[in-house]
Amino acid sequence: MLDPQIIFAGVLNGLLAGGIYVLVAVGLTLIYGVLHIINFAHGSLLMLAMYAVFWLWRLVGVDPYVALPVVTAGAFIFGFVLYRLVIGRFSHGRDENVLLITLGLSIVFDNAALLFFGGETQTIDVPYAGSFVQLGAAFLPLPKLISFGASLLICVILGLYMAKSDTGKAIRAVAKERQGARLVGIDVDNIFAISYGIGIACLGAAACLLMPTFYVTPTSGNAFVLVAFTIVVLGGMGSFIGAAVGGFIIGITEALGGLFLGEQLGQIGISLIFILILLLKPTGLFGSRA
Amino acid sequence: MSRQAVLCAVGLGIAVIYPLLAPNYLINIGMMVFFVAFIGQSWNIAGGFAGQTSFGHVVFFGTGAYTSTILQVTYSWNPWLAWPAAMLAGGIVGWIIAFLSFRAGLRGSYFALITLAFAEVFRILANSVPFTRGGLGMLIKADQRPINFQFKDPIWIYYIALVLCVISLLIAWRLTRNRFGARLVAIRENEDAARALGIDVFAEKVKVLTLSGAMCAAGGTFYAQKYLYIDPSIAFGVDKSVEMLLVSMVGGAGTIFGPLIGSVALTVINEVTRGLASVVPALKNVQPLSLVVYGIMLVLIVARLPDGLMGLFRRKPRHA
Repeated sequence: MLDPQIIFAGVLNGLLAGGIYVLVAVGLTLIYGVLHIINFAHGSLLMLAMYAVFWLWRLVGVDPYVALPVVTAGAFIFGFVLYRLVIGRFSHGRDENVLLITLGLSIVFDNAALLFFGGETQTIDVPYAGSFVQLGAAFLPLPKLISFGASLLICVILGLYMAKSDTGKAIRAVAKERQGARLVGIDVDNIFAISYGIGIACLGAAACLLMPTFYVTPTSGNAFVLVAFTIVVLGGMGSFIGAAVGGFIIGITEALGGLFLGEQLGQIGISLIFILILLLKPTGLFGSRA
Repeated sequence: MSRQAVLCAVGLGIAVIYPLLAPNYLINIGMMVFFVAFIGQSWNIAGGFAGQTSFGHVVFFGTGAYTSTILQVTYSWNPWLAWPAAMLAGGIVGWIIAFLSFRAGLRGSYFALITLAFAEVFRILANSVPFTRGGLGMLIKADQRPINFQFKDPIWIYYIALVLCVISLLIAWRLTRNRFGARLVAIRENEDAARALGIDVFAEKVKVLTLSGAMCAAGGTFYAQKYLYIDPSIAFGVDKSVEMLLVSMVGGAGTIFGPLIGSVALTVINEVTRGLASVVPALKNVQPLSLVVYGIMLVLIVARLPDGLMGLFRRKPRHA
C-alpha cells in the first residue's frame, strides 16, 4: 500500500490543481447558466489565452502575474465580440447549432494556432518556478499555491459582483427568467454577450495563473475541455457552488488516479465520472431540477 | 429512368473508370474520398437522419480497427473473417452506448458530450491495457496478397472503398424510402411528437446507433488494412470524430449524398491548400490551413445553409 504521507501530498496537489479547474469551470457554468448553451470552444479559448500570456512574456517580457489584468480584460473583449458577431448571430437561438458553431470555432482556433505558432510545446521560465513551500511531508510549488489563492479570490470577487452589482443582478435575472427580464427593460442580448465575455475573462485569468507551471501547445485546450465539462456536470450545470466543489473533487480524483493507476490509466477517472453523472444523476450535486 | 438515376449511373461509371486512367497518387486521393464519405455516412445515419449528434463516433471506428487487428495479429484470424467480427463489435458498442445514454434520457448536446467521453475512455483503455500493446500501437505484418486483405496495386483498395461508399449510399437511400427512416426523421424533428404518434423512440434510436456503429467499425477495419498500423490516438482520437461530423454537416446532414459531397469538398480544399503551400512557402503546414477553412465552413453552414452544400443544389423550389 502507498504511504499515507504520499497520499496526503497527492490530495494537496490535487486541491491546488482543482483551484485552477474551478476558475475554468466557473466561466463555463456561467455561460451555461445564463445562455443555456454549451460552449465547446472553452478549451480552445483557454489555449488562445495561454498563448497570449506566452507571447507577452516572450516578446515583451511581461511576467504572467503582471499580465493578468491585461489578459483578463482582453479575454473579456474577445468573448464579448465573439458572441456578438458570431455565436449569437449565427445560432438562431438553437441549442444544437451553438454546439456545432462552438465546435467549428474550436477547430478554427486550434488549427490557426498550429498554423501560426507551430506544434512545439511552449513554456515560460520564471525565476520563482522552482520555489517550494513545505507542508508536512508535502512540498508544494509556490506558483501553484499562488494560482490556488488567486483563482479562489477571483471566484469570490465574481460571486460578489454577481450578487451586488446592477449588471450582476441583470445577469441573474436573465438566467432565471428571460422574458421577464426583457419586460422590465433589461437588454437581454447585451447581457448574453457580457456573460459570455465574463466566462472567457475567467479563462484569461486562468491562463495567467497556469502558465508559470504549465505548458501550451495548440492542443492544450483538448485536455481541459472534458475536465471542465465534467466539473460543471458534476457540480450541476449553472451552479457556482457546484463548479467550485466539482473543481476540487476532480482535481483530487486526477491526482489520486495518477497515483494509484499511473499516468496513462489515471486519466480515466474523469471520463468515467462524467459518464456516470450524466447517466445516473444528470442534475449533478447542486443543480436545480430542470 | 429519372434524371437522378441517370446522374447516379454516370457518376458511378466515372468512379469505376477513373482509376484506370489516373496515376497512383490520384487513385489514393479517390480512395480517401470514398472512405471518408463512408465513415461520414455512418455518422450521418445517426447524426443526420435521426438527429443524434455524436462527438465521439470514433469510438466505433476504433473498436472496429482494434477488433480486426487483434484477431488477426494475436489470434491469426484471416482479415476477411475478422471484418464481420469487427462490425459485430462496433454494433455491440453502439448498442451499449445507445442503451445507456437513451435510457438515461440524454438528448442533444448531452448525448454529444457523453459520446465524446466514451471515446476518451476507450482511448485511455487502448493506451493502457496489454492486449492492444498500449501506446506502441499494433503493426499488421505486410504480406500483399488479396487473401490477406492487402493489395500490391492500389486500384483494388480503391474499388473496395468505392463499394463501401456505394453500399452506404444505398443504406441512406433506403432510409429515405422505408418506415424505419421515416420514424428516424420524425424523432429528429420532434421527439415528443414522435412518441405521441406511437413510435418507440428509445428502440428506434438504439437501433440506428447500432447500425451506425457497425458501419463505422467496418471503416475502422478498412483503415487498419490500408495502413497496416493503428495506435490509440489514430483509432480513438478526436480528429476522426470531427472529420465524420464535418463531412456530413458540410455536405448536408440527413441527405443521401451529403457525406460524399462533404468528403469531396474536404479533399478539394486539402489539395488547393497543398497547391497554395507549394507556391507560398510560409504556408508549409497544409493540414491546419485546410481545417481552418473547414471550421469556418462549418460555422457558416450552420448559420446560413442548414442543408449543407446539398442545399445549394436544391435552391429552386420543388413545385414551381
